[in-house]
Amino acid sequence: MMVRIGAGAGFQGDRIDPAIDLAERGALDYLVFECLGERTIALAQQARIEDPAGGYDPLLDRRMRAVLPACRRNGTRIITNMGAANPVAAARKTRAIAQELGITGLRVAAVTGDDVLDRIGTYVLDETGATAAALGSRLVSANAYTGIGGVVAALDAGADVVICGRASDPTLFLAPLVHEFGWAHDDWTRLGRGTLIGHLLECAAQVTGGYFADPGVKDVPDLAQVGYPLAEVSEDGSAVITKLPGTGGQVTRATCIEQLLYEIHDPARYLQPDVVADFSGVQFDQIGPDRVAVSGAGGAAATGLLKVSVGYRDGWLGEGQISYAGANCVARGQMAIDLVRARLAPLADRIDDSRAELIGVNSVWTGGAGGAQSPEVRMRYAARCHDIDTARRIGEEVEGLYLTGPAGGGGATKHLREVLAIASTLVPARDVPTTFQMEEVQDEIA
Amino acid sequence: MRLHDIAHGRTGDKGDISNISVIAYDPANWDTLRDLLTSDRVAAHFGTFPAANVTRYELPQLHALNFVIQGALTGGVTRSLALDAHGKCLASVLLDMELPGVA
Repeated sequence: MMVRIGAGAGFQGDRIDPAIDLAERGALDYLVFECLGERTIALAQQARIEDPAGGYDPLLDRRMRAVLPACRRNGTRIITNMGAANPVAAARKTRAIAQELGITGLRVAAVTGDDVLDRIGTYVLDETGATAAALGSRLVSANAYTGIGGVVAALDAGADVVICGRASDPTLFLAPLVHEFGWAHDDWTRLGRGTLIGHLLECAAQVTGGYFADPGVKDVPDLAQVGYPLAEVSEDGSAVITKLPGTGGQVTRATCIEQLLYEIHDPARYLQPDVVADFSGVQFDQIGPDRVAVSGAGGAAATGLLKVSVGYRDGWLGEGQISYAGANCVARGQMAIDLVRARLAPLADRIDDSRAELIGVNSVWTGGAGGAQSPEVRMRYAARCHDIDTARRIGEEVEGLYLTGPAGGGGATKHLREVLAIASTLVPARDVPTTFQMEEVQDEIA
Repeated sequence: MRLHDIAHGRTGDKGDISNISVIAYDPANWDTLRDLLTSDRVAAHFGTFPAANVTRYELPQLHALNFVIQGALTGGVTRSLALDAHGKCLASVLLDMELPGVA
């Protein structure tokens, strides 16, 4: 027995066409959409406060319409965290879309339990050193990175589509493997292997040639039409990572090694809700074109603690940019920074933190040598402020450089947004049970 | 020789921690990589954090190093004022390093 599992998205804004291709031609058992970033759920929680029927992924509608017909036709089950702050509303929306498309008998499960806002008050946050309750009205959301429990239960109950909120990303892939193969909850080796498969797939094209190309050094064929990955998984947790014939990109040892270490700290201890996975002995073998065999992962007992992301309002970010080019542009850009800094000085006690730089010289590599000359530079000034009015002034002062700044400033832009920061803490897993509820599309009565 | 000539890599982020993988293309260069690419050299190259913030992990069977850098993202992606708040660019910045004593 082999399970075919594919990745249809690696972040909220990921391309949809490759997912449609996988749904239509992949002969998949499962298609997984990972769409929930670290901060996305806090933004979603804010959306839900404004609209109780909202708070799920804004692209859910487009994604479901794009893949539901083919998935239904091919017997492919969908698993996703597009529920964000409101999995139940997302499941109802999915049911309505299915009804509209004439798909009957579809069972859509909403997995809940990750929202721990009601329990988080007494926990101390790593970043602030104070309790979550100390944030007062600034506290927006608290969601635990949950494990496989709720998703496996939903699959066991026959769900065709499983929609959750915050779950550990590899869990979205591990859960269907546990459901299919019946791996024991303490089979640490297999859970570790399944986690590795999930980790390799969860960023979609990052294992098929995306986030990889370096022209003339690491060339990737037909990146424009890059395909999303799928894994052929065996009962012992070994797998082959591949992609569909005719798609662009590539699956090689090199793409797999880069993705193996992506967002990994100690490779021997990758902390997950259901297992501590061990990637330190992983092996990749190129067994054919765009086919890499994966082996050697292990695992140990889970810690019993879940990471919780706590979202809170942390002031306002104001930003402005303006370009200088040609003769002496680096010096004029620096002069622009000095002018804005001087003009903002009276507001210093309302500005928490600020940063100024010349894009093209020192905006990314701040500790580098930079350059005294450049064909063009773009001055950027950004600050995190106590209040919206102060933050608005940042962009206004940059824009004001048009008439009151150095010679030849052009293309000023300004930007203003509320800062939604994320802090984290750990809570006992036993205090975060997950469950599911099923929404079913009934057959139409003639 | 530049690091870019013999190795490739990728950056990941979690909170205020950046991790950068560095992988030798040719197994013949693994020993060079392991010997020369110390945490001290990595910190000196960036010039924005002390070497004490850097932990290095080795995966010899993959000819890969993994550098985990605390406090590398000016507060983390959600609070940082940086343009590249994730630090996605950092692996390429590291690959720009000139390797000492390697022709």
